[in-house]
Amino acid sequence: MWAILSILVENKPGILFKVTHLFRSRNFNIDSISVGVTENPEYSRMTITTYGDEKQVSQIVKQLDKMIDTVEVKQLDEPKTVYRELSLFKIKVGNANDSMEINKLANAYGAKVHDVRKDSIMVELTATPDQTRAFEELAKPFGIIDVARTGVAALQRSAS
Amino acid sequence: MESMSGAKALMTAMEKEGVKQVFGLPGGANLPMYDEFARCNIRHILVRHEQSAAHMADGFGRVSRKPGVCFATSGPGATNILTGIATAQADSAPMIAVTGQVPVAMIGRDAFQESDIIGMANPVVKYAFQPRDASEIPEVVKKGFFIAETGRPGPVLIDIPKDVQTNTAEMVFPDEFKIRGYHPWTDPDIVNIERAIDMLMQAQKPVILAGGGTIISSAFAELQAIAELLMIPVVTTFKGKGAFPENHPLSLGPIGMHGHAEANKIMSEADCVLAIGTRFSDRSVGTFEAFEKRLKIIHMDVDPAEIGKNQTTQIAVVGDVRASLRVMVKMMMQKTVKKSEETPWTKHVKETKEYWKQNLKLHPGEMGAAKILRKLRELLPHDSIITTEVGQHQMWASLFYDVIQPGTFFSSTGLGTMGWGFPAAIGAKVARPDVPVVDIAGDGSFNMTENSLATAVLEDIPVIVFLINNFTLGMVAQWQRTFYDRRMIGVDQGKCPDYVKLAESYGAQGIRAQSMDELDKAIRTALNSDVATVIDIPIDPEEDVLPFVAPGTSLSDMILPS
Repeated sequence: MWAILSILVENKPGILFKVTHLFRSRNFNIDSISVGVTENPEYSRMTITTYGDEKQVSQIVKQLDKMIDTVEVKQLDEPKTVYRELSLFKIKVGNANDSMEINKLANAYGAKVHDVRKDSIMVELTATPDQTRAFEELAKPFGIIDVARTGVAALQRSAS
Repeated sequence: MESMSGAKALMTAMEKEGVKQVFGLPGGANLPMYDEFARCNIRHILVRHEQSAAHMADGFGRVSRKPGVCFATSGPGATNILTGIATAQADSAPMIAVTGQVPVAMIGRDAFQESDIIGMANPVVKYAFQPRDASEIPEVVKKGFFIAETGRPGPVLIDIPKDVQTNTAEMVFPDEFKIRGYHPWTDPDIVNIERAIDMLMQAQKPVILAGGGTIISSAFAELQAIAELLMIPVVTTFKGKGAFPENHPLSLGPIGMHGHAEANKIMSEADCVLAIGTRFSDRSVGTFEAFEKRLKIIHMDVDPAEIGKNQTTQIAVVGDVRASLRVMVKMMMQKTVKKSEETPWTKHVKETKEYWKQNLKLHPGEMGAAKILRKLRELLPHDSIITTEVGQHQMWASLFYDVIQPGTFFSSTGLGTMGWGFPAAIGAKVARPDVPVVDIAGDGSFNMTENSLATAVLEDIPVIVFLINNFTLGMVAQWQRTFYDRRMIGVDQGKCPDYVKLAESYGAQGIRAQSMDELDKAIRTALNSDVATVIDIPIDPEEDVLPFVAPGTSLSDMILPS
């Protein structure tokens, strides 16, 4: 299963190394990772997505929780969570028609278009990883020159 | 508030923590700290290799249950203690390792004797600090000791750049501090303890499996009370050896790869296990799948991350195991549970134990492992402390040396570090100078840290090395005989060195024992001696450790002596 982990850590040097090292040494995989300081500058929030069966994910959560530098570790409940990642796609433009089609595709996904050149277009997409993959499939026929993805940022919705 | 150097603050903070001695070796990057030994009440014990300093601190910590402290310089000094730190981490032993580091401005520039010890040690420490300002040192030391000795104990590394040692700052020695992400204490889980009692009482064939956590938390009386109240046989892991008196009628000894035959048999037949402070290591349980398929498991541990890591459990009781067991005893008393009566299960356990006592074939020679270890047991007072090295002798000690007073047997069980036992014995003797301390050793392991003889002699720490000498890397040789068709590669150590002469060259006492009579005399001489003694006991290089559960098989598939 795919899991989204939200980890509040002390905002100190070397913590990212320790967290990622834990994944390596315990034989877990990181699917994506994003880190940023929180509203309180003493803390950073890491959002890590990972794959594993239920037992593995629960073990990752426990091992992360055991780390002294982690203040709070939560596995987010996917249906109750807003999660997005930002991607930049540089897509090849073969002819004038391509340019129009890429613009249409970007529009359909609510993506922004940047840096329009004669032979390439850059598209900025904010979406779930599934939507991003779908976009990538549709963009492939034009030729993708480069992709950069930020990894997922996620917050659980407030309980109603 | 007082103005002082970082090095002085370190020593002052350690004195406040009750540190009486440091095991270590000086070098360029920790000289300012060493200079402070001239002005404080902490004794310095010089080692001959930093790995031994870490093992001494480890042995001291396991016996005294307070962190032992070791010092090393930067670069190779620091990397040399890594094995000792990893050993302490694998066995949850409290330790403070203090390393010197190149000055802050030199870090990252591949300076002379620079190593990124924080990066290297990260996966094998409980926590690591690198103060960048002298004023941080008092709080770092306070937090370091707290982290090392609370919850599941472990090693803490404090890496101090040289300029941070020499810089002066206004020092505040705090009484209180906050670590937001560390919560070592939890209240006993009453609900699950009650469920555990019910499950144990409904079981037809219950067993208690006592792990190393039982010893770390000194839950000896509580464990014995529960076993006796419910008449449940007690097996242990190897790390838990001696959590329960091994001469007790309910004791079956350690399970595992080289567990006692009766312990492995009974463990294989049980329907419910109360597992206390254990990680269910592969060496203890054989295959995980076979173990959990037929067993209801109640798992007590102070570390929540151990629950479900290796074994699926029916009931988990997280918390200090001594506190949990205390609540359990109290609840049992209130419930007036069934008292010591014989059941078909206890009868069967007794018969199984008796059968193996009579029928386990032992080596026929005069100096067989069982005979020499039983002789040692016979002559040692019950409060003597044993450490072991790693290899055949270690497993023979597990099989044939009965621990009678709980918490007097220590070994490198998790990492399996050859060379651990001798320096650890020195550390243990520093913690308990009033009792005999014996390192049950093999020649291969002893070779790795034998230069600690210098420390034992010059620092007047008279430990006994009980050297079971088969001139071979015996455990590897046994695997080559068993699994590699007797192709013996890289295991013959030759008759080198002569251990009597080796001991004497350090100013220690060396005695060779080639018969039971000589061994008897040698042990008595060593016990009455005020200098470290090596008893060299040549044995048959072909003697195997049996029973033997081959890796990846289940406890019921023991290879027995033929």
